[in-house]
Amino acid sequence: MALTSIKNLKEFSTANERFEGAHLLCPGCAHSMIVRELMNATDDNLVIASATGCLEVCTAVYPYTSWDTSWIHIGFENAATAAAGAEAMYKARKRKGTLKDPDAPVKFVAFGGDGATYDIGFQWLSGMIERGHDVTYICLDNENYANTGGQRSSATPVGAHTSTAQAGRVSYGKKQKKKDIVAIMAAHGAPYVAQLAPNKWKIMAKGFQKALETEGPCFINTVSACTTEWKFNPKDTINITDLATDSLMFPIYEIIDGRQLNILYRPKNVIPVEEYLAAQGRYKHLFKPENRHVIDMIQKEVNERWEYLQRREEAGV
Amino acid sequence: MKGVLATDRRGIRELGAEELVGWDEVTQGVILESFEVPMEENVAHIRPEERPYSDFSSYTATVASWRVIKPVYNRDICIDCQNCWVWCPDTSIISRDKQMLGIDYDHCKGCGVCVEVCPTNPKSLLMFSEAEEPEAALAKWPEKKKKEKK
Ligand SMILES: Cc1ncc(C[n+]2csc(CCOP(=O)(O)OP(=O)(O)O)c2C)c(N)n1
Ligand code: SF4
Ligand code: SF4
Ligand code: SF4
Ligand SMILES: [Mg+2]
Repeated sequence: MALTSIKNLKEFSTANERFEGAHLLCPGCAHSMIVRELMNATDDNLVIASATGCLEVCTAVYPYTSWDTSWIHIGFENAATAAAGAEAMYKARKRKGTLKDPDAPVKFVAFGGDGATYDIGFQWLSGMIERGHDVTYICLDNENYANTGGQRSSATPVGAHTSTAQAGRVSYGKKQKKKDIVAIMAAHGAPYVAQLAPNKWKIMAKGFQKALETEGPCFINTVSACTTEWKFNPKDTINITDLATDSLMFPIYEIIDGRQLNILYRPKNVIPVEEYLAAQGRYKHLFKPENRHVIDMIQKEVNERWEYLQRREEAGV
Repeated sequence: MKGVLATDRRGIRELGAEELVGWDEVTQGVILESFEVPMEENVAHIRPEERPYSDFSSYTATVASWRVIKPVYNRDICIDCQNCWVWCPDTSIISRDKQMLGIDYDHCKGCGVCVEVCPTNPKSLLMFSEAEEPEAALAKWPEKKKKEKK
């Protein structure tokens, strides 16, 4: 297979784009930054399945497509299954010798939002990983059902305001914890699982390449800042993502074969989560005096989680 | 909008064909081909300007009307770092042979991300009103900012 050189950005920028403009994602949407980076990381043929969500809906507005690769428009729940089915058929036809160009390198990829991944397509994803398909599944985690108006998902963090977990006089927004999807996928024994962020472009490109190269099912959770539902100015998508990774709200790490955990990014100056929260409208209510305890609770969770990740890395088990 | 239906070898008929079909009449398993002809060569090895895009590719469409502000590019200060290229969500920074060539105003939505991530001092990309002429914008370019002492 041929990977694009990612030694530096200049070399990476020689990749010929296969994801076209004039899709209808919001200005500043991180989904397309992540998709572009995945597609630019290789020049292999790609077969991509997208679960219903902002990415799918906005890149296939009839009669237009933004994809220069094979791309399957599938249901909300079954991107994993569609990609797995294509991969299984490809393998079978290769065995039977009925492929036109059996030596052309092909990679199978599925994209799903957090709603599609953490909730609605959860068992389908679990099945794909358990059956061992050679598919890279990428979750575009914007922590809500953005395409249908910002409902809470099991990826929405504590304290966030969403249209179905509203902050007001009696509530401070979502009360339940964010599901640890990375740990769950690693527990399947998948060969490569990671959490990555587009602001750290090189770490993300490396992770994508590793997943594409690894035989078997790989899962990557990517942080996808959503200007509309997180409520920030579209120009700040990368700035917000910097705050997310540097406050350790989104630690960047990988887990190999369900065991060895490697931290891929250690911020030089860890910033308080408060700075990350303050930059987004969805957390505005937390800055009222009566909600101060929620910020403290979030900070405590973040500290404990970072401690846990470091210990696991050290232990190497 | 009226469009196409899957039938012949390529799976499509041309936009504007005699029998126009609405999106709600499209049959299951319809394929929209991104290119006019079956691609024998790997698309990743062909530069966008040399590809035979079909009318179905959003490359042939524009979102220019979304913008109220637009980025203007100043070649004199640019160091070709490609930050703007990697983070543009709309594939609208045109880079070829490691050089930043300019902005694709058919596909740029004016989000301003490229300006935020541009590292030069002053920036090589700045936002201006959509109506501003590029020459006028370049004439107004700010001077180098002195570093504030902390
Ligand atoms: C089975 C089913 N239920 C509900 C919907 C409606 N629906 C379409 S997109 C969407 C939300 C998608 O959220 P997510 O997966 O997080 O992607 P995002 O839009 O946030 O990128 C919903 C509920 C659907 N298409 N199919
Ligand atoms: S709502 Fe959010 S995820 Fe959806 S297109 Fe807009 S910014 Fe992107
Ligand atoms: S303003 Fe946004 S869409 Fe336009 S070139 Fe800059 S980053 Fe791309
Ligand atoms: S980010 Fe600025 S300096 Fe870097 S290539 Fe773009 S315009 Fe040039
Ligand atoms: Mg979502």
